[in-house]
Amino acid sequence: MTPEPVFRGKTKAAAGDGLEPRAARLAGNLPPLLARAWRLADAVALGEQGRRAPGQGDAFWQYRQARAGDPARAIDWRRSARSDQHFVQEKEWQQAQTVTFWPDMAASMRFASRADLPEKAERAALIALALAVLLVRGGERVGLPDLPAGRGQVQLSRMARALDRTLAAPDPSADYGMAEAAPVPRHGRAVFLSDFLGDIAATRKAVLRLADRGVFGALVMVLDPVEEDFPYQGRTIFQSIGGTLSHETRRAGDLRQRYLEKLAARKAALEGLARASGWSFSEHHTNEPATGALLWLYHGMGARA
Amino acid sequence: MWVLGSVGFSAPLVLAGLLVLPVLWWLLRAVPPAPVRRLFPGVALLIGLEDADSESDRTPWWLLLIRLAALAAMIVGFAGPVLNPEPPDPAADDLPLLIYVEDSWAAAPDWGQRMDAIGAALEQAGRAGRRVALVRASAPGRPRFQAAGNIAGTLAGISPVAWDIDLVPSLTALDELGRAQILWLSDGLARTGRAALLELFEAAGPVRVLEPPAARLALRPARFADGVVDITVLRSRAAAGARDLVVLGHGPGPQGAERELARLPLAFEGDALTASATLSLPPELRNRLTRFAIEGQASAGAVSLTDDSLRRRRVGLIGPAGLREGLELLSPLYYLNRALEPTAELIGGDIAEMIQAGADVIVLADVAAIAPATEESLREWIAKGGLLLRFAGPHLAARDKGRGLDDPLLPVRLRAGGRVVGGAMSWGAPRGLAPFPATSPFYGLAVPEEVTVSAQVLAEPDPELADLTIAALADGTPLVTRRKLGAGEVVLFHVTANAEWSNLPLSGLFVSMLERLAVSTRPERPAPEDLVGTRWAPVSVLDGFGSLHPAGALAPVPGEALAGPAGPALPPGLYTNEARRLAVNVIGADTALAAADWPARVTPQWGETTPARNLSGWLWLAALALLGIDIIAALWLTGRMPHRSGRGGRGATAALVIGALVLLAAAGTPGALRAQAGGQGEAPDDTLSEALITAAGQVTLAHILTGNAEVDQVAQAGLVGLSDELFRRTSVEPATPMGIDPETDELSVYPLIYWPIAADQKMPSPQAYRRLNAYLRAGGMLLIDTRDAQVAGFGAARTPEAQRLRVLAAPLDIPPLEPVPKDHVLTRAFYLLTDFPGRFDRGQVWVEAAPPDAEQAPGMPFRNLNDGVTPVVIGGNDWASAWAVTRDGSYMLPVGRGRAGERQREMAYRFGINLVMHVLTGNYKSDQVHVPALLERLSQ
Repeated sequence: MTPEPVFRGKTKAAAGDGLEPRAARLAGNLPPLLARAWRLADAVALGEQGRRAPGQGDAFWQYRQARAGDPARAIDWRRSARSDQHFVQEKEWQQAQTVTFWPDMAASMRFASRADLPEKAERAALIALALAVLLVRGGERVGLPDLPAGRGQVQLSRMARALDRTLAAPDPSADYGMAEAAPVPRHGRAVFLSDFLGDIAATRKAVLRLADRGVFGALVMVLDPVEEDFPYQGRTIFQSIGGTLSHETRRAGDLRQRYLEKLAARKAALEGLARASGWSFSEHHTNEPATGALLWLYHGMGARA
Repeated sequence: MWVLGSVGFSAPLVLAGLLVLPVLWWLLRAVPPAPVRRLFPGVALLIGLEDADSESDRTPWWLLLIRLAALAAMIVGFAGPVLNPEPPDPAADDLPLLIYVEDSWAAAPDWGQRMDAIGAALEQAGRAGRRVALVRASAPGRPRFQAAGNIAGTLAGISPVAWDIDLVPSLTALDELGRAQILWLSDGLARTGRAALLELFEAAGPVRVLEPPAARLALRPARFADGVVDITVLRSRAAAGARDLVVLGHGPGPQGAERELARLPLAFEGDALTASATLSLPPELRNRLTRFAIEGQASAGAVSLTDDSLRRRRVGLIGPAGLREGLELLSPLYYLNRALEPTAELIGGDIAEMIQAGADVIVLADVAAIAPATEESLREWIAKGGLLLRFAGPHLAARDKGRGLDDPLLPVRLRAGGRVVGGAMSWGAPRGLAPFPATSPFYGLAVPEEVTVSAQVLAEPDPELADLTIAALADGTPLVTRRKLGAGEVVLFHVTANAEWSNLPLSGLFVSMLERLAVSTRPERPAPEDLVGTRWAPVSVLDGFGSLHPAGALAPVPGEALAGPAGPALPPGLYTNEARRLAVNVIGADTALAAADWPARVTPQWGETTPARNLSGWLWLAALALLGIDIIAALWLTGRMPHRSGRGGRGATAALVIGALVLLAAAGTPGALRAQAGGQGEAPDDTLSEALITAAGQVTLAHILTGNAEVDQVAQAGLVGLSDELFRRTSVEPATPMGIDPETDELSVYPLIYWPIAADQKMPSPQAYRRLNAYLRAGGMLLIDTRDAQVAGFGAARTPEAQRLRVLAAPLDIPPLEPVPKDHVLTRAFYLLTDFPGRFDRGQVWVEAAPPDAEQAPGMPFRNLNDGVTPVVIGGNDWASAWAVTRDGSYMLPVGRGRAGERQREMAYRFGINLVMHVLTGNYKSDQVHVPALLERLSQ
């Protein structure tokens, strides 16, 4: 469910080369998901900037006198011209981490129980991108399973466009997503956002293999409120979103208790897996604000960085 | 029709459909409700979970029961159930139905029930497919049998006639009646031919007679005798117990609109069939009466129109000036007096006074000279409808004025001198009278031989003379002439009003002539011979229900016919001939009513059977309601009922609403509403409340609850603020102020009651005003505050509060008021004050006015004023708002601006303290003792 770009109506109406269509095209390049991710990141990242130490980075930290060994192109001529000495700009110290996101886009994630709730996949993508924005501000490298890690605004745009594309064109082939270990580089970080309702063995395998490669990460279980609540009654045929699975019951209300038990067991299994491999595990529900999950993830990532 | 208990079915075969129900039961039980398809990602976790039991795949029994009940209600509804169907009569089932209606005036009071009975019979006949004929007794004809629906369409056009009917013509009209069932709607009165008609009907087939058991009531024409009006009411049979009635007299009111002028209660005694009473009315009222009617009886017989027999014309008699005393028999007025006294109201005085007194007729007997001013007013009076009747005599004959000229107050020009016939100096014998011509109002009156005229005044020959003459001598000399003048007329008898010139005044003809001229009226209905030769035009006629309608284009009837009974040719109503009015009523002066007498084998029925009622609609409604319940139940059972606002819940909600509406329509909601309304209004507890005891024990300020929550809250807070200041500054230590309701609360324990006026305040009940007045008399004080001084000076502008105050204060015992004078004790009861601001400071404040004799005390700036405390203080300065404090002691509302505002609030508190001091200490500060000290303060 892609929110409409602000100027979409205008672009359709006027395809000429006036100022307005051009501005609309320009604004269209800003993926809406990214815009929302920025807003979300801004809400979280207040006062969480930089490493407060000189080092490698983009941001100016301080001037210092040029010493022997400083390359001539490092000299800041504008500052040096004000005095007889030469000054070199020192940048803030930043250490790059590579964080790979896997927001699950499988059919089971394309579900929202109410019109006013976002789909789980959309929420997962939003959290992933918002975290990416925060991390990129901190100088980290971010990537997706099918997008090599990179840094800077360009990488964020690429990520946002890739996620938008996937959201706009759902892939009906897979009912439940499978986490993969292959795209995550060694000693990187991994963030898996999924409902983890599919085969848990695949998740277990991926996490254990990544842990072997020295990758730490986080598992975020994104669930719709009805999946927590199971508010159904009467004779019902339950179908998976992809249509591959179905289950008929004559009294849905009777199943509730047993369903909740199985769900709790699934959560316990995931938590156990996370603990065993040094990862962390959290739940997120689409009827809650995304900020909570984002903060938890950001602090988790920051603590390990 | 198939009858089961009290319910009949018009299509009983449809009931066979009930046999299907068990099959349906089995079918419905076998088929479970359809499943819902839901998308649910968590289905992966559900795989492998089995249902605990398999019971719910069958529809639950109660749902089945609802559905079957709905279906059964439908089937029974389609079978056409009828509650209390007419009992079938096997003998009459295939016979045509003849409905015989006696539609006389006596049938009018329960005409609606008669029509209902006919309608029910027609409906039943229509169901059975029988042919029906309807015969009215007022216009019997050969019965034409036709479909019941055709007759039902014409039923609305049938109404009772206003006269008595005769059953004899029906005998001939119905003599060829074949086999038929008879429904006979009798009017309940004994009539000739009833027995014969019954025989005829019984020969034709089964007879059912409908006759109301209630007595028929009728009103005889009112009689006027000895100054009172006699009213007689008839009834057809003696009902159990005395029956009380009221007879109403109607007539035009002073504004001309028809209204009730008299009301006469009547009661039948024992088994008497008549009841009489007398009605004494002032002549003005009596003359205005147009009809009497029995209250609550809508029939022509219960209405009696009045005519001239109730009227007494006002006649003024004036004789020639300078009458000699003692010669009574020679007085020109003697015979007139004798003729008119029994039938007219004679008034005295001069002409102007008579016109003033509303005379109908003024008789001038041998009056020649009329003052010009009087003549003018007399002409105006005639033009408005007065009748001027003049008699000749020596004065008129001898007068000079206007001889040979037109005198408007004489119908013809008179020749000088007059003539004498049959005297010593004359050539012939006294002349007799010629028969009256057909154009004369006297036409038809017999001329006695012995009436002769020996002297008369003569008219000048004139082309018009023949037209103006209404009575002449045998030789053609005019004896009575008449001329129209506007709406009235002038009539001249060419002879004297005494026996001097003729013996006409001695004869009975004279009285008849006066009556025909409407100078007098006669108490009795005129005899047929009196009416010979007259034609009477109907003005208004009665219908069968006793309502009066304009006659329209009805033809005039000859006077002879008026003597007969009312009938189609002579509908009851009011008839006029010239200025005379005659009423034709159904009931004559000697009519008696008798109840219809039926042989023992015939038992008249009336309203004993409950009307048949079609039940189909109710059953269909029940089926609909049950289906509504079924929708809700099925939704709930299949889990489609919304638990929260989920997707797809809207349809279920709509179904729920529809179901609820159906249920609401099915259940009688008025009962529920009544139950709700009945729960209110508890009787107030009359034990002494805690608050009342506290109020009696300590000084407690109070305010009247206006019902406006905001005003009441400010008033309470204001009194709290004032009480706090009193506590702080004075030795008065008030308790917590109370809000009181004058309807229920005890007022006497409060020294001061603050009454803020809200524009939407409800008017207290009279009882509350009694309590408030008692409070004021016992020394209480009301501080009335219109709270509107910011928009207007008090009383000047029509603010809503000021207007409300006028309404609210009107029933209060408030003495004369004046604006607070400079020396009023309020200005110095505790603080020295010059004005009395509240939240506003412009308003005028009014207190009880000082007595007018108050004197300036010598050497003092104050008058010696009376004792006592003003019972009311009225102003609009919104004091409570200035006093009001919140719970934490801060001021609730701002007053003014800055320091000036603070000052104003302080002054408001000082006014409050002065007021309470004034209430508690009276005019203590008026005492002279304190004057020097006060003077000293004032001079600073």
